[in-house]
Amino acid sequence: MTIAPAEVDQPVDEDKVHEDRPWVVIVWNDPINLMSYVVFVLQKLFGYSRDKATKLMLDVHHKGRAVVSSGPREQAELDVFRLHEHGLWATMQHDE
Amino acid sequence: MKNRIVRRRRNGEYELHLSEDERDLVRSLTGQLRQLLEGNEQRPDPSLRRLFPAAYTEDDERDAEYQRLMHDDLLAHRLGCLVVVEQTLEADRLAEDQLVAWMAALNDLRLVLGTRLDISEETDVLDPDPADPNAAAIAVYGWLGWLLEHVIDALNPV
Repeated sequence: MTIAPAEVDQPVDEDKVHEDRPWVVIVWNDPINLMSYVVFVLQKLFGYSRDKATKLMLDVHHKGRAVVSSGPREQAELDVFRLHEHGLWATMQHDE
Repeated sequence: MKNRIVRRRRNGEYELHLSEDERDLVRSLTGQLRQLLEGNEQRPDPSLRRLFPAAYTEDDERDAEYQRLMHDDLLAHRLGCLVVVEQTLEADRLAEDQLVAWMAALNDLRLVLGTRLDISEETDVLDPDPADPNAAAIAVYGWLGWLLEHVIDALNPV
């Protein structure tokens, strides 16, 4: 083992601050998925009420996108994966 | 919507009322999707892109990592749903998890066919222009959406 030079630690701290910002999961509008299907999937995956899932679906439809969940990176990535399993167009990015 | 196509029974099963022609169409489409999914992994068919979307749009490195970790699981999930449909093509009754697999497979078929046909929100999928060389495929796409609506309607809690 060797002792690392002290300055190597500096960028890691910056990265950590960056990583601690929450991530948001976004569903984007697309011309293929049925509105009823998007509502069904949001209810199934996130346990949202019919009303909440419908509101999110309408945001996707009218505004082009909606944030459907947020949290640490691992959780956001799992949410994106489950949305991809169901064929929704989902991405993740840092909360703005 | 009065659902005569997919009907939930008191015992939790679902009746599936499809004609032989309709079942043959599903058989043909799922077979084609299986061929595409099992095709050349290095050069996937462009119509599959909606089935394996990017997770990170602003970070190519992280997205490559996501694809590396998740692609096989996404593929296995899709093939697994196709297997369930293929095994229940002649069934009149489906268990709930089987109907959920039908739903996923029907949606995947729409994503692939819709991508191939370049469907937009303006496309009249219920009454395609007969002069359109894609009219028959658009009609199939419209039929898939009609069937999917009935599946979702049946699965929705009352």
